[in-house]
Amino acid sequence: MEALLHQIFSGLANGCIYGSVALALVMIYQSTHHINFAQGEMATFSTFIAWALIQSGWPYWGAFAATVAISFAAGVAIQRIILRPVEKAPVLTNVIVFIGLLVIFNSLAGWIFEHTIKSFPSPFPQDSALASVYFSAHDLGSAAVMLCVLGTLYAFFRFTKIGLGMRAAALNPESARLVGIRVSWMLALGWGLAAAIGAVAGMMVAPVVYLDPNMMSGILLYGFAAALLGGIDNPWGAVLGGFIVGVLENLLGAYVIGTELKLTVALVLIVGTLTLRPNGLFGKAVVARV
Amino acid sequence: MNADAERIDRRWLWAGALLLVALLVLPFLVKNYRVFQLNLVIIYAIAVLGLNILTGYNGQISLGHGAFYALGAYAAAILMDQAGWPYWATLPAAALACFGLGFLMGFPALRLGGHYLALATFAFALAIPQLLKYKHIEAWTGGVQGIVLSKPEPPISFRFLGQPFSADRWLYVFSLAVAVVMFVLAWNLIRGRVGRALVAIRDHPIAATAMGINLPMFKSLAFGVSAAFTGVAGALGGIVVAFVAPDSFTVFLSITFLVGVVVGGLASIWGALFGAVFIQFVPNLADEISKSAPWAIYGAFLIAFMYLLPTGVVGGLRKLAARHRSRADTVADAAPHVDTSPTNRRRS
Repeated sequence: MEALLHQIFSGLANGCIYGSVALALVMIYQSTHHINFAQGEMATFSTFIAWALIQSGWPYWGAFAATVAISFAAGVAIQRIILRPVEKAPVLTNVIVFIGLLVIFNSLAGWIFEHTIKSFPSPFPQDSALASVYFSAHDLGSAAVMLCVLGTLYAFFRFTKIGLGMRAAALNPESARLVGIRVSWMLALGWGLAAAIGAVAGMMVAPVVYLDPNMMSGILLYGFAAALLGGIDNPWGAVLGGFIVGVLENLLGAYVIGTELKLTVALVLIVGTLTLRPNGLFGKAVVARV
Repeated sequence: MNADAERIDRRWLWAGALLLVALLVLPFLVKNYRVFQLNLVIIYAIAVLGLNILTGYNGQISLGHGAFYALGAYAAAILMDQAGWPYWATLPAAALACFGLGFLMGFPALRLGGHYLALATFAFALAIPQLLKYKHIEAWTGGVQGIVLSKPEPPISFRFLGQPFSADRWLYVFSLAVAVVMFVLAWNLIRGRVGRALVAIRDHPIAATAMGINLPMFKSLAFGVSAAFTGVAGALGGIVVAFVAPDSFTVFLSITFLVGVVVGGLASIWGALFGAVFIQFVPNLADEISKSAPWAIYGAFLIAFMYLLPTGVVGGLRKLAARHRSRADTVADAAPHVDTSPTNRRRS
């Protein structure tokens, strides 16, 4: 029983990370209907920036804030410079550009920071009163950070004018433009936010899986699975999907199929969801007009 | 008019024959290691051609063709290692296995358009090394260590231009023959009824259905055929490298094929050759800068091609040729040419 609870709790902790990666994907999908294949690689690169800052003597939270800010700016810049020209291009063009970004970020991370596996510090104390046999202080802390991010995002979209503008731009670009919202810049802002969320997720997961250029490839896959499971146009679904995927992955890994086939779980989830319930558990059915 | 077309046909035939002779002499002019590299170019060309049938002509995006390459390589390796099959007999088996798997993959792909298909195949490519390492099939696959094969001996031995007919040179001739067969097959497939159906499905699925094209059948078929091409390339790759291991078939292999397709030219058969030369030799050049440089350059090329030359090298060449031809037409100002020039112009 204790082992089972342990698996469930650590699954929930992982689920937070998957949920936030999924959220970043959903944010970009909602506004542009593109799936960002470079999301994981961008997050890894952000984590490397944080690592470099900490190595050069910055305090953890200072480096954290700086990394989030840099990632946000980089996300906006990528949208403005690289993606805007192909905004209306066919899907294939977009997928290829995303793959190009993935490859560039992956190799730049390897080029600048080398391929050796690095340990990344956790901001949370090793043994605190809150930690128990079921979860570590880092699990708890990263879950809290991710929930904070989600809460902030919710407040941002619900209560601020820019958030409202972003929702309008995603929902109906034409009408949004008519009421004076700068739709293109809203997309760029969405990219910035997604990059920042990815950076936070990367910094939270790095102490567990260690830092190397391919750190996020598996996590990105779980993020995809979570986003699809929850419905790729539903932010809350994405977060819930993250929890489901996290727990499922841990339970199946521990009791059914063993740890070597964990990625296959994600693959089966993705293909299964897409074939059986293409809109996910909480997504809306999309009716296209021909 | 007819005689003119025939003359052009014969000219192409001569050019093709000349090229073939040049390609057959080429391995005797270079060192053994270069022969091995040329061999890989041929193999990549087949794999890129396979991906192009699916992505270029049928418009289904696959980021997971490395998985079919891996399956082909493993099929060949296991059949040679465990069942003692001769190397040449493994190619049809690999093609069949990959056709089956590809056809099955085609069914979920029917429900997934664009991004989703890219996503599902991407997940497939990410998961494949793990699947190959799975411990319950270790008896066949050799687990993490993979399978070591021995290169087949050439059936005859002779010397030409002072170079022996080594195992690599024999395999070069063998893969060249396979490649010629595959390219002719692809060419016939694409310019025939099936090819037109594939292109129609890519350009306007609803109109294609209205014209009586069985959409699910053709799309699955395209997936199967494309997988079979890549599987044959994989089997050849396994034989030529004489070693298969899970970690040589990562998601980056799939991306490499995509780079090949984009550089060579989407929806172009000969583009596969340019793409293959690119993915074999550009990393070698870039390697001298840094270990990570090849991939940074790949990425930059992918994005740059999408902006500047979305139809790839072949598309660029075609455009140049069309411009040249239309200029020649205006200079000549001859009546018989007039009825052909508008089609040329439209094509550009």
